[in-house]
Amino acid sequence: MIPLSHVLMLSGILFSLSVAGIFINRKNVLLLLMCIELMLLAVNFNFIAFSQHLGDLGGQVFVFFILTVAAAESAIGLAILVVLFRQRRSINVEDLDAMRG
Amino acid sequence: MIVQILFYIFAAILVVAALGVITARNPVHCALFLVFAFLNSAVIWLLLEAEFLAITLIVVYVGAVMVLWLFVVMMMDVDVEKLRQGFTRYAPLGGLIALVVVVQIGIVVWVRGLGLEETPLPAPKPAGHSNTAELGQLLYTQYLYPFEVAAVILLVAIVAAITLTMRKRPGQKLQDVSKQVAVRARDRVRIVKMDAEEKQ
Repeated sequence: MIPLSHVLMLSGILFSLSVAGIFINRKNVLLLLMCIELMLLAVNFNFIAFSQHLGDLGGQVFVFFILTVAAAESAIGLAILVVLFRQRRSINVEDLDAMRG
Repeated sequence: MIVQILFYIFAAILVVAALGVITARNPVHCALFLVFAFLNSAVIWLLLEAEFLAITLIVVYVGAVMVLWLFVVMMMDVDVEKLRQGFTRYAPLGGLIALVVVVQIGIVVWVRGLGLEETPLPAPKPAGHSNTAELGQLLYTQYLYPFEVAAVILLVAIVAAITLTMRKRPGQKLQDVSKQVAVRARDRVRIVKMDAEEKQ
């Protein structure tokens, strides 16, 4: 069987890689969204590892809901991105300063 | 033992795929690396005895969401070079932060231990065990309301995505259903009363 700590470490590495990805690709909205997907995947690893280790299926149910919400999030995110690209012909984060936040 | 070896192999491939996602030059390659990462995670979830979720990950993510991603990525002609300005400048910072996060998680997992070593490793499930049946039983009883809420969230996502991206082009021929329904017979047909024609 796979030790729990190894799965947790794998998920940690995956999470940190996606955090690094957000820093590296900070101009490209498309890649930022991809890194968020990767982060959610890393979190799901934790849930599944603990679910197996503790013999409690609640963790897997939670992963199911996370997958649902992540799918909805990426669908809406991509829709916003398509509208944005139509208006600005660009997906550079630096061009999105209309609100001057 | 074989399970553990498989886990390490697929974990290594998964990390390489994740590295590909964040460093690939072409956004299409990034999306394909992400597909690869999802496939590898599905295999690892299988090894962790979450069979239903592994198949769901492949069907929903690789089959549906990533295809959507690829469509969107290919639809936009992005100026990649402009978006990659500052890549090398921010790479050390990103690497540093990744290292810090890994070290922090490592401290929590290995040094603090979480009391993980005290709980024994679970025995593998017997051959006829169905993860799907168990999950379904839980989903339709204890988690019924969250399940319904998830369905509503998906519906909202569908409606939002369609309303955001639908646009009216000038000169487009569209049906106006409310107008069609509101039509009366007398708007369309004119009944003319006239005498019969003489026989010639």
